[in-house]
Amino acid sequence: MESSPAQPAKPAYGVVQLLPDELETPPLSLGQLTWRRFRRHKMAIFGSVTLLLIVLYAFGGMLIFSEADANFVETGNRLAAPSRQHPFGTDTIGRDILARTIYGGQISLIIGLTAMLVELIIGVTIGALAGYFGGKLDAILMRLTEAVLVIPQIFLLLVMAKYFAQDISNIQLLGRTFSGSVLVIIFVIGITTWPYLARIVRAQFLSIKENDFVLAARATGTSTRDIIFRHILPNSIAPIVVAGTLSVAAAITLEAYISFLGLGVRPPTATWGNMLEGAYNYIETAWWLWFFPGVLIALTVLSINFLGDGLRDALDPHSRTV
Amino acid sequence: MANRILEVNDLRTRFHIAEGTVHAVNGISFHLEHGKTIAVVGESGCGKSVTMLSMLRLLAIPPAEIASGQVHYLGRDLLQISEHEIEHLRGKEIAMVFQDPMTSLNPVLTIGRQLCEPLRVHMGMDKQMARQRSIELLEQVGIPDAARRLGDYPHQFSGGQRQRAMIAMALACVPSILIADEPTTALDVTIQAQIVELVQRLRENLDMAVIWITHDLGVVAEMAERVLVMYAGFIVEEALVDDLYEDPRHPYTIALLAALPRIDRRRDKRLLSIPGAPPNLLLEPKGCPFAARCDLVFDRCRAEMPPLIQVGPNHQAACWVDVTSGKPR
Repeated sequence: MESSPAQPAKPAYGVVQLLPDELETPPLSLGQLTWRRFRRHKMAIFGSVTLLLIVLYAFGGMLIFSEADANFVETGNRLAAPSRQHPFGTDTIGRDILARTIYGGQISLIIGLTAMLVELIIGVTIGALAGYFGGKLDAILMRLTEAVLVIPQIFLLLVMAKYFAQDISNIQLLGRTFSGSVLVIIFVIGITTWPYLARIVRAQFLSIKENDFVLAARATGTSTRDIIFRHILPNSIAPIVVAGTLSVAAAITLEAYISFLGLGVRPPTATWGNMLEGAYNYIETAWWLWFFPGVLIALTVLSINFLGDGLRDALDPHSRTV
Repeated sequence: MANRILEVNDLRTRFHIAEGTVHAVNGISFHLEHGKTIAVVGESGCGKSVTMLSMLRLLAIPPAEIASGQVHYLGRDLLQISEHEIEHLRGKEIAMVFQDPMTSLNPVLTIGRQLCEPLRVHMGMDKQMARQRSIELLEQVGIPDAARRLGDYPHQFSGGQRQRAMIAMALACVPSILIADEPTTALDVTIQAQIVELVQRLRENLDMAVIWITHDLGVVAEMAERVLVMYAGFIVEEALVDDLYEDPRHPYTIALLAALPRIDRRRDKRLLSIPGAPPNLLLEPKGCPFAARCDLVFDRCRAEMPPLIQVGPNHQAACWVDVTSGKPR
């Protein structure tokens, strides 16, 4: 004990002295509020963690397996059941499924993200222009949106995938070779999914542009471009983030769907989707062909949807409870 | 005459809506002198705000239509210049403060960012300079600890502070005209007084002209040199403040002043009100808009809108009747 018992430390005041800054809790910023609500959403946390693990799996796996491993054909060892050497087994031409789920996962995730970006760029631009300017421009853009919307998406997707991917060469990127069909799929998914987003953004713009702060901003001489991008867009970010998140999941599913039908990403590039191609012939005889990529797709899509749900609740201005 | 910074002539604004045409502003003319304050008073829906928004071309066209008029600002007609030119004037030379500080600030941008915006757009300041100036501005409008509060969002400001921030934004580029559109209506009385005082002080320091829109006749007496009384899209009386209070010459102004609660009136009496309702703006204005509610009405009032008639030095009223005698002119 270092304190002397003769002089007990006495507080100068009988009550705790608060500095002016401590008298009130500082109000929470929008980000803090969102994080608080998001944190309470158990499934969203589960989704985020799972998604993080999947991303780690797909990108961390690169350190253990090279792409050559993933594309190495060993016809003598085809359709081998999971073993110590091939934990996930081998496929119809003897490639290691574990390595392929890693490299396929990268492509599937990248397709999901970039297709979402394409969708976002088209959807936000069209929605913003239609909602902000209204009138004739709105009418034209919305009829265009509806025109895309009324064609069944899968049908459009398949036709476009078939049409654009006829003879496309491989591309070199970061020292790796990708099938050019990856770009086609990204483009095709982006260009068929934007109408939903465009409608959401338009609705947001229609209501937000009537706010007083838009008039006030115009009265301070803010240009139309700044009003759209600096005033209205940040106010409509919540639904865009949610729709964007969910569309990553949708894009991964769509890629799997077209690749499964053989119209998607071409070999040698693996995706979870094209790993399923042909697996239906072996549903009973070689379950590992479809099980591992299938589980990964399901898990990814599920986690993204949970994440999107969590974001929706957390960003929803109507649930302002902390 | 030479000192007129703003001159509005025969401004008419209409709105084309599903039910027909709303005659919101029906040919109003007024002027503003350099460094002076005018007040525009009138009840809700009489066209005060629409007049100001028309002047700055802030109305969405359609549904709005500016049917006629000129707005001369330093030799230029604001209604004729290009969109680019008016964008450049708004906020820089003519600034506006709106009624509701709760909704006039963008909720997702920090106060600092919103304050810096006009500075960067109009004054070409870089980030650092704009920030420095924003701090000065917030201090100027009496917000303590300004540097820290620049990072706050509007919801972290109280109502009075928000209106102060709005005023700071309006003053950012030292405009020569400040249009204050009922800036105190949404605030409680003590804050109102502070805002009025603040604007008065700033007006003197910055040598700007102010157009103060209000329906609070008490504020008018404090603020303005000259008053325009509007009714149903018309200016019905224009006078110096003291003349208007002591010697109102339009029956509407008289009724309006009579309706004010007064401290020396017997408390058991009910407050006076003007019987009837303002005219339907969907109908083409014909005759005096106040005719239906006026005690002194006669045939001519219903047929013909009276022009603003000179009734004294610096005093005009739009009435066919000389209210001092109760007889037609």
